[in-house]
Amino acid sequence: MNTFGVKIMMHKRTRWIVGLAAAALLVTPALAQDMPAMESLMGTDVRETCADPANLPETVNVGSILTLSGGASVFGVSQQNGIRLAVDEINNSGFLGEGTTLNVIFEDSTSVNEQAIAAMTKLVEEDQVVAVIGPTLSREAFSANPIAQDAGVTVLGVSNTAAGITDMGDFVFRNSLPEASVIPGTVAGAVAGLGIESAAIIYANDDDFTVSGADVFRESLEANGVTVVGEETYATGDADFNAQLTNMIAQNPDAIAISALAVEAVQIITQARALGYEGTLMGGNGLNSPAVLEQTGVDSEGLIVGAAWNIASPNELSVAFTAAFENEYEIRPDQFAAQAYTGAWMIASAIRCADSVDRTAVRDALLGLTDLQTPLGVFNFDADRNPIHDPVVQVNVEGAFSVLGAE
Amino acid sequence: MAQQLVNAIWLGSVYSLFALGYALVFSVLGVLNLAHSAVFMWGAWIGLIVVTEIGQPLWVAIPAAMIGSGLISYALERTAFAPLRARNAPRISQLISSIGASFFLVSLAQLVFGTNPERFPIGIIATDPILIGATAETAATIRIAPIQIIVLIVAVVLMALLNILIARTRLGQRMRAVAFNQRTAALLGINVNAIYTITFFLAGALAGAAGVLYALAYNQITPFIGETIALKGLTVIVLGGLGNIQGALVGGFVVAGLEVFSVAAGGSNYREAIVFALLFVILLVRPQGLIGQKEQTRA
Repeated sequence: MNTFGVKIMMHKRTRWIVGLAAAALLVTPALAQDMPAMESLMGTDVRETCADPANLPETVNVGSILTLSGGASVFGVSQQNGIRLAVDEINNSGFLGEGTTLNVIFEDSTSVNEQAIAAMTKLVEEDQVVAVIGPTLSREAFSANPIAQDAGVTVLGVSNTAAGITDMGDFVFRNSLPEASVIPGTVAGAVAGLGIESAAIIYANDDDFTVSGADVFRESLEANGVTVVGEETYATGDADFNAQLTNMIAQNPDAIAISALAVEAVQIITQARALGYEGTLMGGNGLNSPAVLEQTGVDSEGLIVGAAWNIASPNELSVAFTAAFENEYEIRPDQFAAQAYTGAWMIASAIRCADSVDRTAVRDALLGLTDLQTPLGVFNFDADRNPIHDPVVQVNVEGAFSVLGAE
Repeated sequence: MAQQLVNAIWLGSVYSLFALGYALVFSVLGVLNLAHSAVFMWGAWIGLIVVTEIGQPLWVAIPAAMIGSGLISYALERTAFAPLRARNAPRISQLISSIGASFFLVSLAQLVFGTNPERFPIGIIATDPILIGATAETAATIRIAPIQIIVLIVAVVLMALLNILIARTRLGQRMRAVAFNQRTAALLGINVNAIYTITFFLAGALAGAAGVLYALAYNQITPFIGETIALKGLTVIVLGGLGNIQGALVGGFVVAGLEVFSVAAGGSNYREAIVFALLFVILLVRPQGLIGQKEQTRA
C-alpha cells in the first residue's frame, strides 16, 4: 500500500513538472515577441532629449548600498522597493536600448559605517559597477563615499541630508534635499500656522545628520523670532530620554524640535507625551516615515515634518509612481521610496545619455541632466551637485501625513 | 526636580535588576559572565513571543521569560564555564569564553528574529499616567506611568526575594559557603556543581525579568539591546563592589541617578562622561567599591 501511494505521488508530481515546462516553453517566446516595450511615464523627457543608446553592453551593473537591516532598516527596505520598481520599469520599457538590461547589485550596510565601507569597496573594485546609489545614512556616506570618489565612480545619495555630503568630491551627488533646504520651510510653516514663540531642541550629538539638523533648526527658529529655551543631546542607541525631556518640558516650550533617526524619534515622541507634554512636536527628515506614525499612534498626532516629497502630491509622475508602487508592494510608498525610485531613474538617464558605461562619461551625463521631470517635481542639480526642487511641510492628521494648511 | 527623581528611580531599578545577575555569578564563582547581557536580550524576546505569538498576558510572560533565560544561562554554565573549570583553566579563560558565548547568543538572535526592532503591541499595559500635585490651576508636578510602577514593583520584589534567599535560606547559606571557599564547602558535603547550576539559573532568571521590563519600558527589542546596558551593568557592580549583592542594588540607583541628574543639571552632553569618570575614580580610590568589603570577607 505504502509503496503504491508514493508511486502515485511521484507520478503526479512528474506530470506537473512536465506540464509546467511545456507551458513555459510555449508561452515564453510568444510573450517576448508580441509584447511591445511598455512605455513608462517616467523618463519621457529623457527619451526625447537623448537618442536610444546603441553602445551599451548586455548588462549594465549599478551598485546600491542600503540599510536593509539594523537600526535604520525602516529606510533601507523602502528604498530597495523604490529602486526595484524603477529597474523593472526601465528594463520593461527598453529605456537603455534593445538588449540592454540594468542590473542593480544590492548590498546591506546593516546600518553600520564599517559595513558600508566594505560594501563600497566590493562594488567599486570587485563588481566594477558604473555608479552607486546610496548609502542610506549620511554617516555611512561620509565613511564610504571617499572610496568611490578615489576610484572615479559616481555615487548618488538618495537619502543623505547632512551638510557637506557633496563636498567629498566631484563624483558625489545627491537627490535628497539637505536638511538645510527642508527645515527652514518646516519651521516657517509651523511658526506661521501655529504661532510658536518658544522651542527646545533635542538631538543625537554623535551623528552627522542629527547634528547638522539641529544646527539648522536652531538657526531657522531664531530667524523666525522663536526663542530657543533649551537644548538637549543623547547618544545614538539610547532608549531613555526622560531626563532630557523633563528638563525641556520644565521650560514650557511651545514646540520641541526633534533631530533624530526613526528609532530614537519614536521613543522621544512617546516619552514626551507620557511626561505630559502637549505642545507641538516637529522633526527633520528622520521622522518622515509612515513607520514612525504607526509606532507612535496618537502620540504623534499633529507632528510636523518637513519633506522632499508627500504622497498627496498632485504631480502626475508622483501619482503614477504611487499607483505603481502600491500595485507592486501593496503598501504606500514613503519619501525614501520616492527618492530612491527617482535616483535609479536618474542613474539610468545618465547612462542613456552617456551611451557608455565609462564611469566619467556617466558622471558628466548625470551633471548634464536639467529640468528633469520627476515624482519630486522639476529637478536640477546646483553647482555643488546638490538637488534643487520645492519642499513640502507636512502635518500628521489621524495617522497619515498631509500637507500643512491644505485641509 | 521631583520628576527627575522619578525618572532616576525607575531607570535605577532596571539597572539594579540587571546588575544583580552579574554580581550573583561573580560572588559565587569569582568570574565575570559577560554573556549576561545576551541572556538579558533573550529574556526580552522570550517575553515578546509569549505575548504576541502565544497570546498570553504579561503576568505569564515575565515568569516564562525568567524560566527561559534561566535555562539559557544554565546551558551557558554547562558549555562555556563548567568544561573550563573542570580543567582548572584560569579565570580569565572563563571570561573570554563568556565573551564568545555572548557573540554566539547575539548572532543566534539575529538569525532567528532578524535585526528589525520589534515592539510589544500598543495597549498591553494602561498608559494613563498617575498625576501627583495637580491642582485646579497648575498642571501635575509629577507624572508616573503605570509601566514605571510595574517595573519598580517587579524589580523590588525580585530583589527582596533574592536577598531573603541568600541571607535566610539553607540554599543561600550553601551559596555563601561556596562563594567563601569552594574547596572547604565541598569538604563540608555541599554539592558545589549544583550550587553553580542554581546560581546561573537565578542570574539568568533575573536577567530575563530585567529584559522584559526594559523592553516594556522602552518598547523596543532588537538583538542588540544588551550592548548598552552591559557596560552600565559593569559600572554598577564595580561601583557597588564586585560580587556584592547589596552593592549592586545601591550601585544601580547611583548610576541611574548620576545619569539623570547630570542631564537635569544641563549636561546632557556629558552624561556618559560623568558616569564613566566616576567608574574611573572608584577604581583608583576605592577598588573594593562604594560599600565593598575586603576580599576575604566577601560573600
